[in-house]
Amino acid sequence: MAIAKEHEMHKRRFNRNMGVGLTLLAFVALVYGLTVAKMQTGDMMEANDHSPRVSVTPAEPTE
Amino acid sequence: MSDASLNTQDFSNDASFGDFFALLKPRVMSLVVFTAFVGLLVAPTSVHPVVGFASILFIAIGGGASGALNMWWEADVDAVMKRTQGRPIPSGKVTPGEAKAFGITLAAMAVVMLGLAANLAAAGILAFTIFFYVVVYTMGLKRVTPQNIVIGGAAGAFPPMIGWAVATGGVSIESVLMFSIIFMWTPPHFWALALFMNDDYTKAGIPMLPVVRGRRSTRNHILVYTLLLAPVAIGAAFTSIGGPVYLTAAVALNLWFIAGAVNIWRRDEDAAIADKYRAERKFFRVSLLYLFLHFGALLAEGVLRSFGIGGW
Repeated sequence: MAIAKEHEMHKRRFNRNMGVGLTLLAFVALVYGLTVAKMQTGDMMEANDHSPRVSVTPAEPTE
Repeated sequence: MSDASLNTQDFSNDASFGDFFALLKPRVMSLVVFTAFVGLLVAPTSVHPVVGFASILFIAIGGGASGALNMWWEADVDAVMKRTQGRPIPSGKVTPGEAKAFGITLAAMAVVMLGLAANLAAAGILAFTIFFYVVVYTMGLKRVTPQNIVIGGAAGAFPPMIGWAVATGGVSIESVLMFSIIFMWTPPHFWALALFMNDDYTKAGIPMLPVVRGRRSTRNHILVYTLLLAPVAIGAAFTSIGGPVYLTAAVALNLWFIAGAVNIWRRDEDAAIADKYRAERKFFRVSLLYLFLHFGALLAEGVLRSFGIGGW
């Protein structure tokens, strides 16, 4: 049997790795898109963690 | 170690990307995507399209993950049944351990991501759905009781409820009704399949209704569940997600479905064997259309409502 540089197995593994790579890329893009969408709609980005800080304290009533 | 020993391993059964995708049961996933999408769209509140898209995707991944865990647990049975012999684990392409790790990882990822993308209520129902399908149905009851399909149907019925929760952050009568339609529809749908695929289930030792109680009893069960399904499906027309389009579709589809169930109920085994289960096969195909058109009609009402012309 001749020594083939590219075994069928390599091709299949390349396809699998490419699939995983593209899936991860798509996931990163999705999380980025979600972040942008959430910031656009003005969702609360910070929840109360019981330590006072300016961004979560209620605004002073104005006269 | 000699050079020769490096090449002794057999790689001919190495899994491809597609084999891992097949573990997610893509056909079941398409039903999950469709019903979850309808649940999301008919809800009274709207979400940002990206949030909606991501949520549906995570619901689908969660559903797919439970499919992978189901295949991991059921590998022995799948190897015996003709319908499932080609699945990635029985065909030797994916090991049970890989499927288990794949399923658990995706399930956890889907729940966490849905919680972050939408809300905790939706993530909670998704987590419960996965638990219910994998632990309660697959591991617990599928091989124990002939009512397995009734219990398993609940797991498949959750997606529109999750879609609704993504938009509203909770549960209401409308989402419970969408759940009930799929829940009540599943038994007649699968029992019709079991009538003409009985040999497979007998071989695998799964206590499907025709195996345990006989075909006569299965025919009775199909009729009873179909009759119980009708008021639930038509009742949804009188809630905030219904309207004239849905009501017309629901009445027509339920009459059609009941006629099919009555036909199955009136037949005996000799007649069924004589025409190779023609009526049962037809009923199974009609059942697929039945569910698709019900949710299609709900979707149509939702779209019409957004133009101010749907609903009551």
